[in-house]
Amino acid sequence: MSVTTTSETPAPETGVTDLIGSGQDGNLRDQAVAYIQRVRNGEMGALPALSGFIVLCVLFTALSPFFLTERNFANLLTQAATLVMLAMALVFVILLGEIDLSAGVTSGVAMSMFVVLSDPGGIAMNWILALIISLLAGVAIGMFIGFFVARVGIPSFVVTLGLFLGFQGLQLIIIGAGGLYRIQQDQILAIQNNNLPDWGGWVMLAVVILVSFSTSMLDRRRRTRAGVSNRTITLLVIRLALIAVIGGVVIALLNQNRGTGFLAVSGVPIVVPITLFILWVGTFVLDRTKFGRAIYAVGGNAEAARRAGIKVVGIKWAAFAVCSTLAVVSGVFSASKVGSVDAAFGRDIVLSGVAAAVVGGVSLFGGRGRLIHAAIGALVIAVITNGLGLLNLPGGVNFLVTGGVLILAATVDAVSRVRAGGSIMRR
Amino acid sequence: MDAPIIELTDVKKSFGPVSVLKGVSLKVYPGKITALVGDNGAGKSTLIKGLAGVQPYDEGEVRFEGQLVALHNPREASRLGIEVVYQDLALCDNLDIVQNMFLGREETEFGTFDEGKMEREASETLRSLSVRTVKSVRQKVASLSGGQRQTVAIARSVLKEAKVVILDEPTAALGVAQTEQVLALINRLAERGVGVLMISHNLVDVFEVADYISVLYLGQMVASVEATKTTSDDVVGYITGSKTYTEAQA
Repeated sequence: MSVTTTSETPAPETGVTDLIGSGQDGNLRDQAVAYIQRVRNGEMGALPALSGFIVLCVLFTALSPFFLTERNFANLLTQAATLVMLAMALVFVILLGEIDLSAGVTSGVAMSMFVVLSDPGGIAMNWILALIISLLAGVAIGMFIGFFVARVGIPSFVVTLGLFLGFQGLQLIIIGAGGLYRIQQDQILAIQNNNLPDWGGWVMLAVVILVSFSTSMLDRRRRTRAGVSNRTITLLVIRLALIAVIGGVVIALLNQNRGTGFLAVSGVPIVVPITLFILWVGTFVLDRTKFGRAIYAVGGNAEAARRAGIKVVGIKWAAFAVCSTLAVVSGVFSASKVGSVDAAFGRDIVLSGVAAAVVGGVSLFGGRGRLIHAAIGALVIAVITNGLGLLNLPGGVNFLVTGGVLILAATVDAVSRVRAGGSIMRR
Repeated sequence: MDAPIIELTDVKKSFGPVSVLKGVSLKVYPGKITALVGDNGAGKSTLIKGLAGVQPYDEGEVRFEGQLVALHNPREASRLGIEVVYQDLALCDNLDIVQNMFLGREETEFGTFDEGKMEREASETLRSLSVRTVKSVRQKVASLSGGQRQTVAIARSVLKEAKVVILDEPTAALGVAQTEQVLALINRLAERGVGVLMISHNLVDVFEVADYISVLYLGQMVASVEATKTTSDDVVGYITGSKTYTEAQA
């Protein structure tokens, strides 16, 4: 990145202070007022899910002595990882106003291929090669769905419902009836079962803060160069401080010994940095590249996007490919956690993934929502499962509560849409 | 008089057996406002969709700045500098003003958005059109009024220095004050040297801003006149087919 590029853009004319505001000017107080105004207007983002998450955590801490322990905390993260990943995968298609009901079984088919190919007693393919083939299978499945949705014009609900049914059969054929393959690669098992060394967690936090700081500074420099106002720097400091404090507490907690026997177990589960990295890359693509902007535009108004020269068919195609591929990654997480793959692998999770995205504030109507929202929504659902499990309540309660939270979240979304000025019917 | 920036000669378009444009000729001049009027089904929308490259014409010549051009898709039209502001406002509610104005042609640096540059250009463009009603360029379009949306849609076409702006019913569904604002905006557009082609049903609006009036009747151009040399009554006659141009001249 060179500073010389400034010469290409005309220097901001002096005296032109007459620019229209951007909501980024003013001091901290003004920013706070503007934020509250946005929330009141219905742009709530992850706020409902985040508050729900905090409320649930407080509630379960009060109700169960086991909830806020190092062991349960680490357990919660690894339990949630699969759902977080799947919900993030689904965001790419939900943003288009589409759905992928086959995301779960897609991960099932791909992971079935992985275990069969890499099985040391069978084909015994190099596990990295097998993993790459599984991920490519995800890409291919996504392209397949994209073809029927974007080219042929079948509603994604129907196409992926068909695949949801069909792939259960395909999985059965690949694995064999009643079959079960154990995951035998230590590297795959390590994702969910091993931890970073204690210092690794701190390095991870430092990287997160550094990346966040440098992207913000880059944005600020571009804005300054263009002569438009920047948000007050205090806001950035506050945000980084929040990340440092919350991240610090989490890592300190995870670095406690949570082993039950003689063996000390501590550190951040390896799945955490992997998920954070994918979250960062995905968010970067959605927020800062033409592809990402096109996804939001198609989801907001496909006809407007088409008239603006966006290739709607190609965008849909690509989004389904991304979704299916990330769904396979969630399958890898799940296989690592469970330790095996059977013919029913991935069958039951997809609706929870959709629920997680909606709970987090991703609109099923398309065009609204971010990856972090889906991740938070998945954490909410994981906390419900985890907390209710600790309370020894009958299993049915879990589903009832999760369903209730989903409907509550969808209501918040619908009401906020009305307040944001768009009618519910409008797509 | 300047040379026309767009000159259509004998363009035709059919949908199956239905012939919608039966050999239409039209001229649009730079810095002038040409109003295209006609009853429902006269072929106005089909005519501008051809110019926008959305639905190419079957036959006929399109000259842009004197050169023969082919308009097969929206990109080609856009590349020439022809921008269309559609009646149903092709804006994305979920994006903000800057994002809408730059949709499909974002300013990037190293593959990532230069939001600062886009924000400044959007702001300057709105200011250059004397837009006063927009408080923040980072507002979501969903929160804008009808007039403000129309403003954003028009400003979008100005942003990349369009040479011709085609407006489809720019004042339909607007209140009195908002209509005045949008008409003023259209005048400023023409003052910048842009060739404006405006479709409207509202003859009051047409006579307020238009320099030329072209009337389509059942797929044929029945009159092309200077606005100062005709009357509302005559134009109504051409639109309904109860009067012909030659009769009125006589």
